[in-house]
Amino acid sequence: MANINLTIDGIPVSVPQGTTVLEAAEKVNIKIPRLCYHPDLPPVSACRLCVVDIKGDRLLRTACSWKCQDGMEVSTRTPHVRDARKMALELLLSRHPMLCTECVRNGSCELQEIANQFGIREISFKYNERKGDKDYSSAAVVRDPSKCILCRRCVQTCELVQSVSAIGMEGRGYDVWVDTPFNEGLNDIACVACGQCIDRCPVGALYENSHINQVWVALDDPKKHVIVQTAPAVRVAIGEEFGMPPGGLVTNQMVAALRRIGFDKVFDTDFTADLTIMEEGHELLGRIKEGGTLPLLTSCSPGWVNFIEHFYPSLLPHVSSCKSPQQMFGALAKTYYAEKEGINPEDIYVVSIMPCTAKKQEAGRSEMSSSGYQDVDAVLTTREAAVMMKQVGIELPQLDDDEYDEPLGISTGAGVIFGATGGVMEAALRTVYEVVTEKKLENVDIKVVRGIQGIREAEIDLNGTKVKAAVAHGLANARELMDKIVKGEADYHFIEIMACPGGCLGGGGQPIPTSEEIRKKRAEAIYKADKGLSMRKSHENPAVLQLYKEFLGEPNSHKAHELLHTHYKGKEIYKHKVA
Amino acid sequence: MHRIHILIAMDSHTLAQGARAVKDALLKDLSLAGLSDEVKVVETGSLGIYKKGVVLVVFPDNIYYTGVTVENVAEIVSEHIVKGRIVEKLKYSKAPGTEVKVQEKAPRFGKQLRVVLRNAGIIDPESIEEYIAHNGYEALGVALTEKKPNDILEQVKASDLQGRGGAFFPTGVKWGFAAREKAEQKYIICNADEGEPGTFKDRLILEGDPHAIIEGMALAGYAVGASKGFIYIRGEYHMSIARINRSIEQARENGLLGEKIFDTDFSFDIEVREGAGAYICGEETALIESIEGKRGEPRDKPPFPPSEGLWGKPTIVNNVETLANIPQIILNGPEWLQKLGTEASPGTKVFTLVGNINNPGLIEVPMGITLREIIYDIGEGIPQGNGFLLAQLGGTTGGILTAEQLDLPLDTDNLRKIGAGLGSGALLVVDDTHNVVEVVKNFVEFFNHESCGKCTLCREGTGRLYELLDKLVSGQGVLKDVDLIERLAKTMMTGAFCGLGQAAPVPILGCLKYFRQEFEKMVNTEQKSVSAVV
Ligand SMILES: Cc1cc2nc3c(=O)[nH]c(=O)nc-3n(C[C@H](O)[C@H](O)[C@H](O)COP(=O)(O)O)c2cc1C
Ligand code: FES
Repeated sequence: MANINLTIDGIPVSVPQGTTVLEAAEKVNIKIPRLCYHPDLPPVSACRLCVVDIKGDRLLRTACSWKCQDGMEVSTRTPHVRDARKMALELLLSRHPMLCTECVRNGSCELQEIANQFGIREISFKYNERKGDKDYSSAAVVRDPSKCILCRRCVQTCELVQSVSAIGMEGRGYDVWVDTPFNEGLNDIACVACGQCIDRCPVGALYENSHINQVWVALDDPKKHVIVQTAPAVRVAIGEEFGMPPGGLVTNQMVAALRRIGFDKVFDTDFTADLTIMEEGHELLGRIKEGGTLPLLTSCSPGWVNFIEHFYPSLLPHVSSCKSPQQMFGALAKTYYAEKEGINPEDIYVVSIMPCTAKKQEAGRSEMSSSGYQDVDAVLTTREAAVMMKQVGIELPQLDDDEYDEPLGISTGAGVIFGATGGVMEAALRTVYEVVTEKKLENVDIKVVRGIQGIREAEIDLNGTKVKAAVAHGLANARELMDKIVKGEADYHFIEIMACPGGCLGGGGQPIPTSEEIRKKRAEAIYKADKGLSMRKSHENPAVLQLYKEFLGEPNSHKAHELLHTHYKGKEIYKHKVA
Repeated sequence: MHRIHILIAMDSHTLAQGARAVKDALLKDLSLAGLSDEVKVVETGSLGIYKKGVVLVVFPDNIYYTGVTVENVAEIVSEHIVKGRIVEKLKYSKAPGTEVKVQEKAPRFGKQLRVVLRNAGIIDPESIEEYIAHNGYEALGVALTEKKPNDILEQVKASDLQGRGGAFFPTGVKWGFAAREKAEQKYIICNADEGEPGTFKDRLILEGDPHAIIEGMALAGYAVGASKGFIYIRGEYHMSIARINRSIEQARENGLLGEKIFDTDFSFDIEVREGAGAYICGEETALIESIEGKRGEPRDKPPFPPSEGLWGKPTIVNNVETLANIPQIILNGPEWLQKLGTEASPGTKVFTLVGNINNPGLIEVPMGITLREIIYDIGEGIPQGNGFLLAQLGGTTGGILTAEQLDLPLDTDNLRKIGAGLGSGALLVVDDTHNVVEVVKNFVEFFNHESCGKCTLCREGTGRLYELLDKLVSGQGVLKDVDLIERLAKTMMTGAFCGLGQAAPVPILGCLKYFRQEFEKMVNTEQKSVSAVV
């Protein structure tokens, strides 16, 4: 279709049909202010900060939603536009508590940034508080409605990206607010703890339940042996917290930074990701061979596990009994590692650094204590880890490289790709192929399962047996696949599901902002990390092989089941039944 | 044969005043007098008389009684019905016209013109036979059997009928947008949400002549190619809901709704949906969201409903009054409508005349009438001989008219010139004992509750306008507040998401334009130097 020609502030611009004024303005380097718009979401045109003047139109139009038309003359800087934007901003600011210095989003708050850009020095209206109590009920996500600017990005994310709808708009008029159904705590409704709402929040109305303080207490306790594991997706994102462009791979600098913080050992969740492949791969083969429940669904994403427990309890037999890599790590740290190093497991304190908020809730699940202790003691998001580094003056990009400790820091490329959607599938196929066919997989890059499409499918020939696989990320896509299974229309053997768009690299604990652009860059870095490793298949990981030899026996052995596997239970959508 | 008909108004107002008991008493007394066979008591919709208790009219004498109670039923029966002597103390002399008096000057009701309300109070709205006897469903029959959908569309276009929901958008043009869409399913929605305080014209049309709406919707469906209609009606309008449901049932039984109407290929049916009672649900896209089961909030436009509306399908949303005009346009031809009213705005307009007025109630007037005629002729002036301060025309978002505009012929063109519109529903008359700022504060209080809360300018803006006006009224205001009110109102007018936020400032800016000094008089002089931070 022919391009559309228009002018923005007199500058000619040519864009494809369907382009919004906001997007077109970006092409000519005019950044239109916005608060409710997010590139992951359809526009709601609620904040009114992006208004522009279109010649011949009596009304101002919102650039985020208004489509370009041929011959259109747009002004983004007339007095009319500037006054309207400033009025909208002042109206929002006058309902915001302005506690910037004590806010988790100080420095990354979009409202603060825009106020700064506008040069706000005085606000025409007095402060009127927005109602709503803080909700600390969830182990993962804290809500503070008093800071909310009603942009609805969280509501849209929960509804459209995740198909969960744990939060929605309540009330009308001046006192409208975002709330859970029946004003229940997030922990008491079907919130899956994914934290995607945090990622979309422009201000500090949503944030993770912080574990920073308790980690410092452990680190400062000389009796404690404090070890840390880092999830695959953290290394491709934490640099962003230090001003690096998205897609920077900073694995070894991150290891150095963690050592400086004072962790006794720096280990890698990639190690247990490899282990997960061994366990889950054999579980899959077992189910195929023995006619078990298929398709097998992955279980590494705790937000996804919450989702299926809430919304599709009847499908729980499909879910792999494997614990997630984080929890396998915790269970082994306080058994295998403790024995090997001769440390009393009671003195071991396990910290995870995760791109995820649901991991905080997962670590607290009662099943997750097969070592006899809570397997994982504290979970930091990527953002919190960066805060701890900054608290002690660490400038991550300036550090020299350092290496993970052995043995729980040894991993393969298969482990690192767990951080991207399709990665678990690819890692599993690399191993399952070689185990079944006993042939060497020549082309390790199984690109059909990579990408950003919401649902992807692939078929792999294993010595005559065709294995049908599907990959979904974002829970709305997961829901689509689950509905297919319920209707009996899914003839897959294996399905990988990640709660968050892009997989863990787009997790709710990752640096803000996140967008498709940024997720793509992080994914590139993940695959770069995989390519750069000499070992790229889980079953080649020598530390994993040694673990089986010394401790577990075989994949899916009795001991493996005891420590590395779990069970699930259906959950109510509302804990307190409301009549 | 019945010698006498007594029509008793059974609308929500008269019912609240005991109309049901009066009717029962009438039946009992007539039967005691042995007159049951001679006198028929007919329940009817509103007789257009409001705030005067139970209202009934005796035909063929054409005598209206108001304030009728159970106690004086016996007197009406024994005096009027038996002896033919009018009960003067109950007689109502200001009754509106009871027939379509086109262009004709009848001294008392000549300023009113009953097109939309032609049947209201004349026929038994619960009887499809009576509607049919008054040319009901004739237009639909003619259309389906003799005309093509496009003929109907062209007739509506040629009539220049403008939507009575408030915006006065040309109905034929709107229909044309939906007609040219290719879609398997299209919808007709009758907007009977009527959330304006003090407005009940749509309710009375629906209660008085429900079949006219059904017929209008079916004609719309035929013209644009829609087979399904919804009537979205305020949940509190129990009586209207019951009546329209019964009428739909009757129409189905008579083959006037459903499959293959008049044995043609045209099928059309209607479902009633009850609104949740939020003012914003009257806005067409919020209404559509509400029918879809979502939170009643407006959608971004475009796309407009005629191309993408209910469940993404082409949808016509029309006001009750708009639809009530349709059958008559088809019956009488487009020129007929154009002869009524003015060139800019043909036809009539139904208002609920409220406020400081001697004879409030439902009126139907030709376009082009002046405010003076409405207030001083039809409304019989302002009580206690007070002076006229202002009128708000067309409901809460309506424009402000002052003494300057008393003789302005009211139509879209003239009103546009002074930055006002005809709006919908109510015509509020305010006398000169009122303080303008307090009047404005009351307007804004409504919006403050009714903003859906979606967009910053409307949600926060209405709240702040109310706060600032309250500050002025309570003597705490400073001069800068008046400017801030004006700036904020102007910003909302062009920057808010939907018609609510864009129109809410209209009466405020109107009052500021004509009465700015009144606002400034309210300023606390001791605080004049203080900043405007409220
Ligand atoms: C806040 C708001 C409330 C409205 N309420 C009503 C209403 O109660 N009834 C109505 O017919 N139109 C109402 N409208 C107008 C409708 O959006 C729409 O324009 C109308 O129903 C179209 O019908 P018409 O073309 O017949 O006028 C409202 C508009 C706004 C912005
Ligand atoms: S960014 Fe366009 S209205 Fe908020």
